Amino acid sequence: MKPVSILRHGFVGLVAVWSVFPFVWMAVAATNSSADVIKGRTLPGGYLIENIQAFMTAVDLPRVLWNSAIISGVGTVLTLTVSALAGYGFEMFRSRFRERVFAGLMLMLSIPFAALMIPLFVMMAKAKLINSYSAVILPMVASVFVIFYFRQATKAFPRELRDAAKIDGLSEWQIFAFVYVPVMRSTFAAATIIVFMANWNNYLWPLVVLQTNDKFTLTLAVASVGIGYTPDYGLIMVGAIAATLPTLLIFFLLQRRFVEGMLGAVK
Amino acid sequence: MASGVARREGIAGWGFVMPALVLLGVFMIYPILSSLWMSFQVGKGMNLQFGGFRNIARLAGDAVFLKALANTLLFLVIQVPIMLVTGLVLAAILNDQTFRGRTVYRAMIFLPCVTSLAAYSVVFKAMFTADGVINHVLMALHLSDTGVPWMTDPFWARVLVIIAITWRWTGYNMVFYLAAMQNIDRSIYEAARIDGVPVWARFSRLTLPMMKPVILFTTVISTIGTLQLFDEPNLLTRGGPSDATLTLSMYIYKLSFQFMPSFGYAATVSYVIVLLVGLLTVVQFFFARDRLK
Repeated sequence: MKPVSILRHGFVGLVAVWSVFPFVWMAVAATNSSADVIKGRTLPGGYLIENIQAFMTAVDLPRVLWNSAIISGVGTVLTLTVSALAGYGFEMFRSRFRERVFAGLMLMLSIPFAALMIPLFVMMAKAKLINSYSAVILPMVASVFVIFYFRQATKAFPRELRDAAKIDGLSEWQIFAFVYVPVMRSTFAAATIIVFMANWNNYLWPLVVLQTNDKFTLTLAVASVGIGYTPDYGLIMVGAIAATLPTLLIFFLLQRRFVEGMLGAVK
Repeated sequence: MASGVARREGIAGWGFVMPALVLLGVFMIYPILSSLWMSFQVGKGMNLQFGGFRNIARLAGDAVFLKALANTLLFLVIQVPIMLVTGLVLAAILNDQTFRGRTVYRAMIFLPCVTSLAAYSVVFKAMFTADGVINHVLMALHLSDTGVPWMTDPFWARVLVIIAITWRWTGYNMVFYLAAMQNIDRSIYEAARIDGVPVWARFSRLTLPMMKPVILFTTVISTIGTLQLFDEPNLLTRGGPSDATLTLSMYIYKLSFQFMPSFGYAATVSYVIVLLVGLLTVVQFFFARDRLK
């Protein structure tokens, strides 16, 4: 090998190993006692069962999994519905005024969530929605990013299909439901992954509006056991694995679509 | 009748976009205006009254705010360039069709992107303890004699946050670059290669200019993300030691939801982020356009 080639392999290899190392170490640490984890033990130990038991005692896993599933699932369905309708509407029915509205939406892409958080919290408090699923889901439903993603994808939707369906007597809504949705299923699949992951992993907003353990999401539960000054690291590693496993699984099952989905928005 | 069709089209068009517009109005436009209004109000909890520019004056004398601002800008200025350059170099190497193992490497480097910020932050926290696995490795390699005080020293705590964010997001940016590189017509490279243009010149003169839009895109999203940094410092270092890793978002959270809430002042701090995001986005677009000429 040429020196340049060795250098390139060395660099990429180093980054790749470093990228994977925390995953491996997380799995190893889950089998060790907290004291061993803090001491940096790199060999698997015999504490896995104890750590799992400790985690299950500290966190009501079925409960938080259910909360996460409801919040991420309902949130994803709503976001996709609203955003696909909007993306389709903006692309298929052009008018000068709607183009201006769309340009306005693009400006909203750069509004930081930190600036919305306090009014949203006050709004939820007034609506008596604090500590409810709705409070977590509602502000996340309309996403400028996902609307933009659907509009970009809709550019590839053949207009002739819509014209043909119209001649067959379908209404605009029927065309959307029975022609557009099936044709664009790979776009929907990619968007599902992005939105589901974002909801599943969301931390700050659920932290603000969810206040009791029985409403916590898995992400929140893992963060809350991990945040103490003398945390039980063995237990925490089990939690980190539980929080990572679902998204890791989605990644391995749908790797191609996953990456496509991320990129779709910038094409 | 043409006008009838057009009107029906218009109504259907609004019908499709209306649910999104209503939701954005309620959960985005109203809150952003509301926090602008709140930023002129003073008081504790829900008892707010108009305070004019008192909050803005308070910013200038608030040492914690100034520290959080400095930390956030420091993370931005140091971390974003490191991450984007690394991502770009990785993409350039992995885009080479003859590079062995490129698909495996690509998957490995992308892997951090699937973790939740909360989960990886607690894992990093355990890895970087005083007697932890990272310090063991550093001492074994004789890079450090006694181990690095990651959590207790202000400088190293900042380094730790930068290491963590870079770990999580480099692969994410790399994927954008790879996709953009794959869209570049290979025959251009062939022609340049035959003309004897060296590798690095091909990269800087051919690849980089064509990558400008995607580099701009990643710079803008990374800037917005870093200015809102919350999860990692909150879970890794809790903003410490002595506020060395406190960010603006964390300060807003603390002002609003810990101790006695000062929503008005917190809203003022949040508008600092809004202004920074707006300003930097404009600057970045300006730079990109200027360089294009």
